[in-house]
Amino acid sequence: MFPVAEFINRAVMVGTSLVLGSTGEILTEKSGNLNLGIPGIMCSGAVSGLIGGFLYINSGAKFSAAAAVAITLAACCLGSLIVTLIYSFLTITLRVNQNVTGLALTTFGVGLANFFGGSLKQLSGADSISIVKIAKAYKASLPFASKLGDIGKILFSYGFIVYLAIIIVLVVSFVLKKTRVGLHLCAVGENPATADAAGINVTRYKYFATCIGGMISGLGGFYYFIDYMNGSWEDASKISQCGWLSIALVIFAIWRPVIALFGSYVFGGLWILYNYTGFSVQMEPIINMLPYVVTIIVLITVSLRRKRETQPPASLGLNYFREDR
Amino acid sequence: MNTEIIENKNQKNSVLALELKNITKAFGTKVVANKNVSLDLRRGEILALLGENGSGKTTLMNMIAGIYHPDEGEIIVNGEPASINSPKDSFGYGIGMIHQHFKLVDLFTATENIVLGIKDGNGFNIKKSSERVAEIAGKYGFEIDPDRKIYTMSVSEKQTVEIIKVLYRGADILILDEPTAVLTPQEIEKLFNVLRRMRDDGKSIIIITHKMNEVLSLSDRVAVLRKGEHIATVNTAETNEFQLTEMMVGKKIVLNIERTEPHDTQKRLEIKNLEVVNGEGRHVLKNVSFDVFSGEILGIAGIAGSGQRELFEAIAGLQPINNGEVVFHNPKKDKPVSFFHKSYERVVELAKEGKFHYADGTHVDFSGMKHSEIKKLVEEEKVLFYEDEIIDLRDKTPLQIKELGIHLSFVPEDRLGMGLVGSMDITDNMMLRSYRKGHSVFVDRERPKKLAEEIINNLEVVTPGVGTPVRRLSGGNIQKVLVGREIAAAPKVLMAAYPVRGLDINSSYMIYNLLNEQKKKGVAVIFVGEDLDVLMALCDRIMVISSGKITGTLDGRTAVKEEIGRLMTQTEGVNEIDSNK
Repeated sequence: MFPVAEFINRAVMVGTSLVLGSTGEILTEKSGNLNLGIPGIMCSGAVSGLIGGFLYINSGAKFSAAAAVAITLAACCLGSLIVTLIYSFLTITLRVNQNVTGLALTTFGVGLANFFGGSLKQLSGADSISIVKIAKAYKASLPFASKLGDIGKILFSYGFIVYLAIIIVLVVSFVLKKTRVGLHLCAVGENPATADAAGINVTRYKYFATCIGGMISGLGGFYYFIDYMNGSWEDASKISQCGWLSIALVIFAIWRPVIALFGSYVFGGLWILYNYTGFSVQMEPIINMLPYVVTIIVLITVSLRRKRETQPPASLGLNYFREDR
Repeated sequence: MNTEIIENKNQKNSVLALELKNITKAFGTKVVANKNVSLDLRRGEILALLGENGSGKTTLMNMIAGIYHPDEGEIIVNGEPASINSPKDSFGYGIGMIHQHFKLVDLFTATENIVLGIKDGNGFNIKKSSERVAEIAGKYGFEIDPDRKIYTMSVSEKQTVEIIKVLYRGADILILDEPTAVLTPQEIEKLFNVLRRMRDDGKSIIIITHKMNEVLSLSDRVAVLRKGEHIATVNTAETNEFQLTEMMVGKKIVLNIERTEPHDTQKRLEIKNLEVVNGEGRHVLKNVSFDVFSGEILGIAGIAGSGQRELFEAIAGLQPINNGEVVFHNPKKDKPVSFFHKSYERVVELAKEGKFHYADGTHVDFSGMKHSEIKKLVEEEKVLFYEDEIIDLRDKTPLQIKELGIHLSFVPEDRLGMGLVGSMDITDNMMLRSYRKGHSVFVDRERPKKLAEEIINNLEVVTPGVGTPVRRLSGGNIQKVLVGREIAAAPKVLMAAYPVRGLDINSSYMIYNLLNEQKKKGVAVIFVGEDLDVLMALCDRIMVISSGKITGTLDGRTAVKEEIGRLMTQTEGVNEIDSNK
């Protein structure tokens, strides 16, 4: 018998990591900046949280779940913000090519995560480094969840970040669609020259969008590590894969956070599908390929339909130069 | 600030909405765009700003709109000196400018574009804004759906959005930069009705235009600018077309450009009833017919954007032709172009049609001959045409035209966009024309390099070497490289669009000399220019184009400047009246 509730539960957990990654990237891309550094930023976010947690546990202070969560969250946001700022400064202020910067940042972020993760392993002298204690705080679910059987497992058994992610998606979606700030941000991503002429500070909008986007994505990386991996660090490869899938999801979701939310759960399911099938090991890569195949199909259908609303922001990937006056 | 302005209005009740006093603006040390210009705009009037290209109209208006800042002089709004440093300041004074290139986000609705960037502190309510847009539209008679997206709109609707955008921000002074250039006659009529209604509502409007009939039918007063200077402002009712044209073009200036008599002229290109419709469905060329002769320079005069670019592109095979013909003539005494490389099949085909004879007069029949034999005959030029060679260029790509052996050279106005690749060096830019030569898989860099060196020496191009990216050269040197390359291709027809734009006097004269040399060599030269004095001094014939139509062809030696100016500003309506007489 296929364990439906268990499968959905795990899929939502992976999906939460993906939805945070892709929502961050959607926010970034809406400002006209294509950030291919998302995998690196997610890795940095994860390892920053790990460092924060490690330092807290080893500080000798009396352990408090709330403090641990606050510290790791702050560390994760700070870490991903710093790495994102490198991208923002290079592409927005110095106007370096966005693709090159993003790819370099991914390599950098993955390396950074592996370096610090490995160092911490050495420091602790163990085979693997884990902050299981803190992970438990993140996994704490509503007390009645376990009493509700499968329904509870599917809907209520998650740590708070799963619900936080949904709130973030709804907030980002609302801001983009219904507020002046969102309208201005979309104008910056569509036609920065027009936005500039209308008195919108293009540089500021781009900085805020990339940085907030980067922090949301970083949280996604950290969530994968703290909840799905139970807070035990191996290496950054899985998280960076999550990052690439998040970028694919942005296209799948045609730049809409709410679609990204559902897409993430589907992709999360495809991501773990192999574990629930009886296929041989050789089949694993084929199964893991499915999300990308789906993305390609979406790309093809969207291109064939040629609808303007489903196209990427018009100035995506282009740096804005204000013409000399 | 807004309340202040309203108070001023009530208290002073001055008739002048806007006053410009001794405005001077220079770009760099050489180019003076506006010199000591003083203008005024009354409340509730439409002022037409008339002038040739480069007379400084747009620069002047950009200073009012806050895009440029005047070097000297004063701008007075509603009787108070205004300090305008940015478009925002300009909005603050109730001034709004509608530029030629619309600044709209395609994916947004009309309303979203209109409220973009406004911080009125009333919360964000698109529905309410949309109602206000509809209200403004209703008041002045605009036809617009506030919730439609920009990308589904026609040019005229986009323009409407731009105008409402300015009104929404509370502008009392509107500046429109050539608003009719992109509109159909019906749309123009609609726009004018709206503008008249706005004037009656007390708004002050400045409209930049080239079209004389629009000036006469719409405006209350006309201000004429020439070469950056304000010539006069006259009441429209008290003036006429001829007086305005004279003020616009000025007295003839004698230039010392050499002009030889054309010799041995032969018909080279024949353009018949050419019609081109652009991507937006507008007729950019209408029923254009003319001939181009070898050994002469044909000048094309016209307001920028009257179809010159499309005409050249249509001839060069870059622009789809909707109707008409472009025919290339090659006199029978010349070397037949069909004998050039890669046209071998065509030669056999033409022989079958009985087009060739041998030097002794006997008929050519290739049947039964081997390819190599035919090739030899062709290469030694032993077969000749019975009559002029006529080749239709319509619907041929530039490459196909080249493969037919026809050497068309084109110096486009957009030098670094269409002519040269800015980031490549001079040699590589030479190779853009020659990379297909030879049979080796490797490109030949030696000959292009030699050519580049020749051009640098002969045309005195100032550059560190052949390896410098052309983008880093000055405008004049870039143009020399481009013209040099096009001439080196030994063209039969040389088309040059604004080849001296932005060049200093010396470089300009060098370009004129190059064109003259080509003329002496028997090349058919077509020269699109904007300075009428140059056209009159350089060209053998001057053809005038207006709104995609040929309004007249004059002899360059006897042409009168006012006449050219009149033909340039003649629009359809005027044209029809003329033909009725």
